[in-house]
Amino acid sequence: MSIEIVNVGKRFGDFVALDDVSVSIPSGRLTALLGPSGGGKSTLLRIIAGLERADVGKVEIEGVDATGLPPQKRNVGFVFQHYAAFKHLTVRRNVAFGLEIRKRPKDEIRRRVDELLALVHLEQFAERLPAQLSGGQRQRMALARALAVEPTVLLLDEPFGALDAKVRKELRDWLRRLHDEVHVTTVFVTHDQEEALEVADEIVVINEGRVEQIGSPDDLYDRPANEFVMRFLGPVTQLGDQLVRPHDLQLFSGGTTGVAARVTRVTRIGFEIRVDVATTGGQPVTVTLTRNEFLALGIAVDSEVRVQLAPGSPSTTVSTPEQRTAEPSLATTTS
Amino acid sequence: MAEHSITRTPVGRRPGRYVLRAVVTAYLFLLVAWPLYLVGRNALADGFTSLGDILTDPDVTHALRLTVVIAVTAVVINTVFGVGISILLVRYDFPGKRTLNALLDMPLSVSPIVVGLALVLVYGGREGWFGPTLEAAGFQIIFATPGMVLATVFVALPLVIREVVPVLQEIGDEQEQAARSLGANAVQTFRRITLPAIKWGVIYGVVLSLARSLGEFGAVKVVSGNVLGETRTATLVVEEKYLNFDKGGSYATAFLLALVAVACIIVVSVLRPKEDR
Repeated sequence: MSIEIVNVGKRFGDFVALDDVSVSIPSGRLTALLGPSGGGKSTLLRIIAGLERADVGKVEIEGVDATGLPPQKRNVGFVFQHYAAFKHLTVRRNVAFGLEIRKRPKDEIRRRVDELLALVHLEQFAERLPAQLSGGQRQRMALARALAVEPTVLLLDEPFGALDAKVRKELRDWLRRLHDEVHVTTVFVTHDQEEALEVADEIVVINEGRVEQIGSPDDLYDRPANEFVMRFLGPVTQLGDQLVRPHDLQLFSGGTTGVAARVTRVTRIGFEIRVDVATTGGQPVTVTLTRNEFLALGIAVDSEVRVQLAPGSPSTTVSTPEQRTAEPSLATTTS
Repeated sequence: MAEHSITRTPVGRRPGRYVLRAVVTAYLFLLVAWPLYLVGRNALADGFTSLGDILTDPDVTHALRLTVVIAVTAVVINTVFGVGISILLVRYDFPGKRTLNALLDMPLSVSPIVVGLALVLVYGGREGWFGPTLEAAGFQIIFATPGMVLATVFVALPLVIREVVPVLQEIGDEQEQAARSLGANAVQTFRRITLPAIKWGVIYGVVLSLARSLGEFGAVKVVSGNVLGETRTATLVVEEKYLNFDKGGSYATAFLLALVAVACIIVVSVLRPKEDR
């Protein structure tokens, strides 16, 4: 295990940012810390980097107790959401910074920086100032700068958060490919579940200062540990007291399986069809179907249908108080 | 089309704008430009004789040299402490921060003459709170150069800080954190990252402090004792000569001081565009 976080807690005044968090982050993998804004994931990343001090608990990096170490002694690479480019230095000097601090020989620095600039496709921008680069280029420069010191772990704090959607998507693919080339243990923070599911080998879901679940993208998606993870990782709808994914629901135009319902609305969204139905108990349920499935059913608004969860699909029991108030009506539907 | 409407709108306001411009120009002319011009004209009324006279007068040249020594010393002290205090104020949280912040503006609001008296009360050789102790140890503060430096440091204290603090706030601390994570210690981070980023703020503050320090009169007058050829600075020479009806000499000295101030302003205006970059 590359990074061990043991019982870490952190408060800012009255606000509990992290509450007794323990996580093991495996070596050589790409791990995402996923959660809503203000959930404590960035704080955890900054504690790993040493930019923030934990109130209690222990941080171990590659077997070394780093809890009390200042950031410059941890040998971590850190990439900030807003790039943190050294504005007065050229791209080359930015990338060379860590090596210059380590007093490496000049020709070694030059060679290494050239390698890294090639890796992030910025060779032709070496003599420019950060202000002359686009956001995506600046973030690639920041990444090269962090990689230059050959860190034991690479930490990225919402690295693509400040970029527009298209560049974000490109950089996401690129980060995945880069990681497959470089293999440095990488942890990145994101609030975008799609980004985490697409890029990460392993996802740690953090909410309100606690770890909700740790697992592979498949684990999380197929076997969510609780309602929060289920809701956070994708669209959900409620059938009876179960929280399910709309595309895991099956509709039948006849028969006796599942729950009886009436179609209230049909919406076409690109390649998928969203069918809103109301069960006989009055519970609204959303079902998404492919176009072909929809056509095969031959249903329209006001059609009588039966709704059923496809066997083997993930579901969690609704437990939050707001949801419980709806329970009386559910009882009638299931009976 | 949009451009047309943008260029057209000011047409209606033009007369108002010209009136405003004229008022501001007249105001500055009457308040600043014309009086300063008259000082120059009086100083050069009989050619360069007055200037020549004061520059060959050993007492005046001593005063000028003393002024420069005091101003430069005060600026160095204010720059070092100013940058330090700015970093403390912007980058750290501590109890009493607001009080410190308010205290730092005191020198701007308190009359320099009060500052002088206050320093005498603390460091005065005979009756001061701390002065006799220092005097016994062989340090004379009041009526000597250290006291005059102290007074000048006091009055020019906020100038560097007020220039550097906004710059530090604007650049944020992410670049510094990045430097730390790349292995730089506190000193390396300051030298390689923070200082280049706040460079223009510091230079601007230094120029302002220098101008203020060269021109300081009230506080220095109280603590200097105004001894001819020993603790008399250029501003004190101007007053002395003026009171002794040596108009030529006082205008010439005043002209020299104004010249330095103008030079400072020119330096600043040359630096400004670079700061914006």
